[in-house]
Amino acid sequence: MASREVQEINAGSMADIAFLLLIFFLVTTTMDTDTGLMRKLPPIPDPKTEQSDEQRIHERNILVVKVNKDNMLLVEGEIIHIDELRDITKEFILNPNDADDLPEKIEKNIPYFGLVRVAKQAVISLQNDYGTTYGVYIAVQNELLAARDEVRNDLAMQKWGIPYDDLNDNQMSAVDEYYNAPISEAEPKKIGGE
Amino acid sequence: MSKFKRSTSKTGAGKINTASLPDIVFMLLFFFMTVTVMKEVDLKIQVTVPEATQGKNLEKKSLASFIYIGKPLPNLQATFGSEPKIQLNDAFKEVDDIQDFIAQERETLDESDQAKMLVSLKIDQSTRMQIVTEVKLALRRANALKIMYANRNVDQIRRLD
Repeated sequence: MASREVQEINAGSMADIAFLLLIFFLVTTTMDTDTGLMRKLPPIPDPKTEQSDEQRIHERNILVVKVNKDNMLLVEGEIIHIDELRDITKEFILNPNDADDLPEKIEKNIPYFGLVRVAKQAVISLQNDYGTTYGVYIAVQNELLAARDEVRNDLAMQKWGIPYDDLNDNQMSAVDEYYNAPISEAEPKKIGGE
Repeated sequence: MSKFKRSTSKTGAGKINTASLPDIVFMLLFFFMTVTVMKEVDLKIQVTVPEATQGKNLEKKSLASFIYIGKPLPNLQATFGSEPKIQLNDAFKEVDDIQDFIAQERETLDESDQAKMLVSLKIDQSTRMQIVTEVKLALRRANALKIMYANRNVDQIRRLD
């Protein structure tokens, strides 16, 4: 008997309820996406395995970038302005003229490229001081990453005619292998602390 | 004018049919529900992340944990001082607490996702590197090696000097 009286629920207020929820989500929504420089930290070295001479990297294969407490930049013993850093880093990674003081190139077989000469051991070492400002540190990291990205992008364009970011995973890792140049973050100096 | 009036009175369609309004609203609602990201924490510090051109998008926010470093807000500086502090979740913490924090965050993830865990460092650009270095060392100890220095992506960096 009662069920006959209640035939359907009045859905007239449904829109109101939905509007209420909609407005709530509209207000709380933040559309901005998080961006950042992706980096990988080195694992804590095992104290049992001592670094042998073989593992040490030859001086010509390291690009030493130092930032002091006054945010000045020292690259390979020379004080430079941050605007110059990108070109210096690119030259270091590419070593176009096989210079003696730039990374040594070794023949290596890389998928897609075949037997090529790459600077396998090239490493960029970034050293900062305790007193360095974070903003400057990130600016330097950004220049180093930009240099490496540009070099890789040029290679991708030259080989496939598409930007590095659009390559598939296999192509990307091949390019990464071609111009590896990991950026190592050395332990900082403790001069300008506190 | 009269024509219009006559036609409405004839058919009796004086009102717009609103039967599909809930559907439209629900559609919008679901869109906003899916794209909504709730504000993660109440920031107690001032953070202006530095500018950069090479920033990559954080794809899976659920895999990320956030560490904030910066000066306490002006109204909190009387209690906490004006030196840069670390904020984890909703409270000020010390460097030593990071290891526990990472372990805790890792627990909340699925086992298959734990290796993909990422720590996003939201650090004020005027902070000195000392505290950042200590945090980085703590992260290495906690074996959280994938990190992201949060930044604002710009086309051209404005030089400070």
